[in-house]
Order: sequence, then structure tokens, then C-alpha cells
Amino acid sequence: MDTLLMKAGGWLVLAFVAFAAMVLAADSGFAFHMAIIAIACLITLWVTISKADYVAIGRGILKAPPDQGLYDDDPIRWGVIATIFWGMAGFLAGLYIALQLAFPVLNLGFEYTTFGRLRPLHTSAVIFAFGGNALIATSYYIVQRTCRARLAFPGLARFVFWGYQLFIVLAATGYLLGITQSKEYAEPEWYVDLWLTIVWVSYAAVFIGTIAKRSEPHIYVANWFFLAFILTVAMLHLVNGLTMPVSLLGAKSYSAFAGVQDALTQWWYGHNAVGFFLTAGFLGMMYYFVPKQAERPVYSYRLSIIHFWSLIFLYIWAGPHHLHYTALPDWAQTLGMVFSIILWMPSWGGMINGLMTLNGAWEKIRTDPIIRMMVLSLAFYGMSTFEGPMMSIKAVNSLSHYTDWTIGHVHSGALGWNGMITFAAIYYLVPRLWGKQRLYSLRMINWHFWLATMGIVLYAASMWVAGIMQGLLWREYGDDGYLVYSFSEVVSAMLPMYLIRAVGGLLYLAGACVLVYNVWMTIAGHQRDEKPMTETPHDPEADKPLAGQPAAVPAE
Amino acid sequence: MNYEELRHFADSWGLLFMALLWLGFALWTFRPAAKDMHDDAANMIFDEDKNDV
Amino acid sequence: MANFADKHKKLEKNVTLLAVCSLVVVIIGGIVEIAPLFWIDNTVEEVEGVRPYTPLELAGRNIYIREGCYTCHSQMIRPFRDEVERYGHYSLAAESMYDHPFQWGSKRTGPDLARVGGRYSDEWHVQHLVDPRQVVPESIMPPYAFLKDRDLNAGDMSGHLRALYRVGVPYTEEAIEKANEDLLTQVDPFASTAELEERYPKVQVRDFDGNPDRLTEMDALVAYLQMLGTLVDFEAGEAQEQPR
Repeated sequence: MDTLLMKAGGWLVLAFVAFAAMVLAADSGFAFHMAIIAIACLITLWVTISKADYVAIGRGILKAPPDQGLYDDDPIRWGVIATIFWGMAGFLAGLYIALQLAFPVLNLGFEYTTFGRLRPLHTSAVIFAFGGNALIATSYYIVQRTCRARLAFPGLARFVFWGYQLFIVLAATGYLLGITQSKEYAEPEWYVDLWLTIVWVSYAAVFIGTIAKRSEPHIYVANWFFLAFILTVAMLHLVNGLTMPVSLLGAKSYSAFAGVQDALTQWWYGHNAVGFFLTAGFLGMMYYFVPKQAERPVYSYRLSIIHFWSLIFLYIWAGPHHLHYTALPDWAQTLGMVFSIILWMPSWGGMINGLMTLNGAWEKIRTDPIIRMMVLSLAFYGMSTFEGPMMSIKAVNSLSHYTDWTIGHVHSGALGWNGMITFAAIYYLVPRLWGKQRLYSLRMINWHFWLATMGIVLYAASMWVAGIMQGLLWREYGDDGYLVYSFSEVVSAMLPMYLIRAVGGLLYLAGACVLVYNVWMTIAGHQRDEKPMTETPHDPEADKPLAGQPAAVPAE
Repeated sequence: MNYEELRHFADSWGLLFMALLWLGFALWTFRPAAKDMHDDAANMIFDEDKNDV
Repeated sequence: MANFADKHKKLEKNVTLLAVCSLVVVIIGGIVEIAPLFWIDNTVEEVEGVRPYTPLELAGRNIYIREGCYTCHSQMIRPFRDEVERYGHYSLAAESMYDHPFQWGSKRTGPDLARVGGRYSDEWHVQHLVDPRQVVPESIMPPYAFLKDRDLNAGDMSGHLRALYRVGVPYTEEAIEKANEDLLTQVDPFASTAELEERYPKVQVRDFDGNPDRLTEMDALVAYLQMLGTLVDFEAGEAQEQPR
């Protein structure tokens, strides 16, 4: 009873503090956020009180510890649903801002619906809400299975899930209200950053705690990648998030760094968010789900270890390639370029390792749509990790920087690699997590696969054309020695490409809708009546011995 | 220690140290004695796992 | 050798060691690369003319950040012939030395704004922000008409200047104290501006949004846009052509 009282009282006090901060807030955005926090505290309070087992407490019975012989899958199930939900929100926001660039009237004239405010909403929704939930859910799943141990700190694990959702809600509503630090992919203001720090440290505790109590001697390589992801993101977030709030009761803060230093810190963060959040973390998924789905061990376990060390040694240096030819000192630019190019090698080593896992079972690409999705995802991992080093070469970068080529590059990685491996993982997980024999439909995975693939191809191709066109037109000189195109002429030349891109986004979103339907029906317990994916023809009539017939006389 | 010194240290000894460390890790992974251990680890995910639900 | 082998087995089987090793690797990369830049005296050549923002410019800059202008506009001109001809002298590190946070941007859906100050009239900016396609038919910029109808509610500017002072911007104690007055002085053509001009050389004092009766968000944003890139006088001399 005492602990229950302490817990409930704690949430009440927090709710009160948030309410007081709301009343005293210096600006309306901060007040709005404090209201959200107060409501979140009250909901937690209500759940704490209503879920408590009063009879047991009254009789002084200690709560039985959860069965250590079972994996703790509740937060994983929530995480899968959250991943899908935020994914849809993020894809939809992406489609909308893509259309805004083609039809600016879609900005609607409200401050909340301008491209400038929706763009961070899109990037954060897909990276941190969709990707982040996918990473938390799959890491919880994988770490338990590979450690053969139930999740450590179950309460904390649940706090991580809900705390992370609160972070997403605060960040997203903040962007719409104009609360931003303007550091790309790290836009949330100081108090949201602090909250994320608490959540992230708890996440690290749960993950490391589970590894520490494992009953399996090895730490499987997927966990290495997850661990590097969790620790490095913590470091990046703490350093890049250093700010000076104007007031402890207001949203606004000023970055601790200025100018060149701020730019380098930001892109050290930004690039490693790609390297450790979108690459290392997702490689953790890849190194578990690809071997599991293919039912054969990873091609070379040693190569996966080399992949790990090379990746974390090299990635951390590559950030300055975002700042070529800027006021950043030359040596830092060159260092960034050299490391980016070397980075190509481990990336392809990892891709080959993943693909070759199918060695000897290549027919699965034809017969197993989940494997097909994983292969496509690895192919895009390879493609964007080739394109990236190429774009980091200063001469190429002088053309590609500031253009839509960068946008295309990011999306071939995000839609192709991160998206497809996440979808594959969801298809793998859903029947297992909800105790179903199989997915509602395997053939619908195929539809999803082709819709998404066509979407990515349209997206990447149109952005290549757009980017290279921008780069070339901006620097086009006429015989008279003057620049040929005004900026606005180049803008209007982009319209067809922006339209094609929006169609690509629409197809990708349509594919995700198929996933939603498929997962929904699976969880609801239905199985689609469909032809199996492989069919070796079988004719019972012909399947008989040739008795009572004269043996054919071979022709002379 | 000023900027120039640190920068020179960074792209000479610092870099060399990192490269050697990496090489150490890489070679270490390929020592023959570890083959079985790595095979074990790679196949560990296929040991029967019982999902709850 | 066997001893060493045991040690490494420990690494592969010990989560703390694995964590520490990974962290050391990534931290070294970060320190080696970033730390040197914090010897600011060496990295950023001081350039004559660069000064901290006036309270009004700062308020405008905060609106620029709030609206996410950086998602489409860069403020960093690279040293290429076409960029220099299109946008002006290439950007120097010193020009953003008081920018907390930096606004270099990463994408040019719209043109670079590092030297947009003084290129267009105030009226052009106001009209363009209210309805971009009325001024530039090809533009795909969102309209920002609401800025014109909303009073500037920047909060206590002294607090803002003090926060910046704490992270290293050399505002004087006087500048911090008089921040709220300075904000109003800059849009008041009849005020005495001697003090303001002494604190902030090259400050532009006028009503920016064409509506002298009100101090709106449009005033602040246009004041910021009109000062961008105007502080350093590139015609005046040689000193800025530092080899980078």
C-alpha cells in the first residue's frame, strides 16, 4: 500500500507541478505542452490506482513475480502497433508536404500548415516515431530471444514505451506551434530534450540489464549493434542538445554553440543519427530477422563483427561532408570526405553478409515475400551507402549540395532500407506476437512489396533528375558570360519532378495501407483464403504406377 | 595545447591509433581458435524458442 | 597468448566491456573532430563589422526559426563563381559567430538568404511574405500573411539577451538592460537613436511593415532579413580575403 501511495502521490505531485508551470508559463506554446504533461501524469495516476490489486494488498500478499519462463512481449505488441500508427502519420505528412511543393496553395494560409512547420513533423515522425518505435520494439524482442532471458526491469520497460510516445507527442505538437531549435532532426526544445534523456537512459538500463541477466553465453551480434545505437545516440543527443533556456518557464532556448561550431556539432549529430539510429540500429534488426526468416545462420559471423567495428570506427568521423565548401575549416571537410568514402567498404560488407545469408536458398526470394522484402531492403542499403560516399566527394557535392538529389538519397535509404526492413520485421513479428498460425495474407505482402518498390523508384529517379537539374541550371553560364537562369526559373522547372515524386510517395503510402489491413486482419484472427505462394503441380491421376499396360517398345 | 597541435595530433597519431585499434579488432576476429565460438553464436538464434501467447 | 585470448573472450561476453569499448571508439571520433573547433580564436578570423543582433533583429530571427525558413533557405554562400555572382561574396565563418543556433541550412528550395539584406525594398518583402506569388509568380513559398496582423510578442528581450550573453555573445550589461527599449526604438523613426546606433553599428531604424501604428511580427522579420549580410563591408578592404 505504501508503494502504491508513493507512486500515485508522485504522479499527482508531477501533475501539479506541470499545472503550475502551465499557469506561470511565459508563452502559450510552453503552457500547452505543460497541459499535455499534466494530463499524461493524471492518466498515469488513474492507471496506477485502478490497476492495483487491492485485495492482495489488503491481505498483505506480495505480488508474484512474473513467470521468468516467458518472454515479456506486451511492450513489443504495443510497439508494433505504435510503429505502424506513426508510420502512417509520417508517410501521410510526407505526401502532404511533397504536394505542397507542387501546389503551394496547399499551405492553406494557416501558420500551422505551412511547409516550414510540417517538414520537421514529417522527418521526426518517420525517423523517431516510426523508426524509433520499430527499434525499441524489435530490440526488446531480439534481446530477450538472443539472451534467453525475460526483459529486465519490466516497469521501466513500459515507462520507456509510454515516455517515448509522450516525447513524440510533445515534439510533434511543438513543431506545429512553432517550438523548434531549428537543428535538423533535433528540433525539440530543451525541456522535451530533457524528457527524452530520461526515457533514453531508462531504455539503456532495460536493454543492458537484460543482456546482463542473460542465460546465453554469447552476446549475439545484433545486440552489439543495438547497444552501439543506444549509447551513441545518447551521447549525440546530449552534446547537440546543449542549450541555454531563456526562462525555465518558457519554450525558447539558445544553442550553446554558435556559427561554425554549432554547424559542425549539428552535422556530427545529424550524420550519426543516420549512422547509428538509421543504420546501426536497423542492422541489429537485419542481423536477427534475415537469418531467422531464411532459417539459416548469417553468412559470416566474423564478417558481421568486422562490419560492426568498422562501422562505428568510421561513421562517427563522416559528419563534415554535410558542410563541404562552407566556412568550416578545410581539414575537417577533407577528413569527413575521406572517412565517408572508406565507409563504403564496411557498408557493402554488411550488405553482402546479409544477402549471402540466402546463399543456397535463393529460391526463397521467389517463394517467400518477407525474404523478398528483406532482399530489397538490403539492396537499397547497398545502393544508398554507395551513393552517400559518392556524394561526399567534394566535386560531386559542389553540384549535389542544397539540391533535391540529397532528398532523393535520403529517401532511397529511408524508404528502401529502413522502411522495407521494418515492414519485413513487422510481418515476421505479428503472427508470433499475437499467437496466430500465419499472417492474414502472404500475397498481400507481395502487393505491398510492388507498390512500395514502384514508389521508391519514382521517388529516387525524379529526385535525381530534379537535383542534377538544379545543380546544373544554377551554375549555367551563357556565351555572354552571365548566369542563364534566374532562381525562380529553376523553381518552375521542378514541377514535373515534384509531381512524380508525390506519385511515388502516394504509392509507398498505398503499400503501407495494405500492411495496415493485413496486420489488422491477422490480429483479428482471420486468414485470407488464397492460393499458396508456391505450387508444385500435382496430378493424382497421373501419380500411379504403370501397371497392366504393355511396356513401351523403344524405337529402333 | 592549442588548436594547431590538437589538429596535428588528430590526423597523425590519433588516426594511427584508431587504425591500429581497428586492425587489432579485425585480425582478432579471424583468429582460427574462435571459429567454433563464432559458429555457435551464429546458430544460437535457432535453438528452439518458445514464444509465449 | 592464451591469457590474451581469455581477455578477448571476456570482451565478447561482457556487456559492460563491449559498451565501454564501443563508446570509447565513438567518443574519440567526436573529440578529435569537434574539439579543435572550440579553440574559437584560431578557427574564426575576426572580421570588422560583425556585431550581435539588435533586439528587434533577434526577435525577427526567432520568427525565422519558428517558421522553419531554414528548411528551404540556406544562409551559406560557397566560394563558387556562380554562387558569388548570384548571392554575393562567399560567407565567412565570422559572419555567423554570434548565431545561436546557426542557420546555414541544407537545402535551397528557395534562394540563399545570407546577403538578402538591402537587395529588395521593405515593401517588396512585406508583399512577398503576404502573398509570394503576387510578386514572384513561379514561387512555391507558403504565404505568411498572418505575420502582418499579429503584434510582436517577443517576450522579455532582456532575458533573451542575457541567455545569449551566457553562451558567449558579448552583449554589454547596458544592452541587456535596455533591450526592451531598444526593440521599440528601432521601429520608431522619431526616437533618438544615438544610443542604439552606438550599441549596434549599422542598425537600420524605420518602420518596416508599412504600418507605423503597430509593431508587428512582420516588422521584426523584415528587420532581420534586411540586415542579413550587411554588416561586413567587402568593398572596403583586403583583410577579409583570408585563405581558408
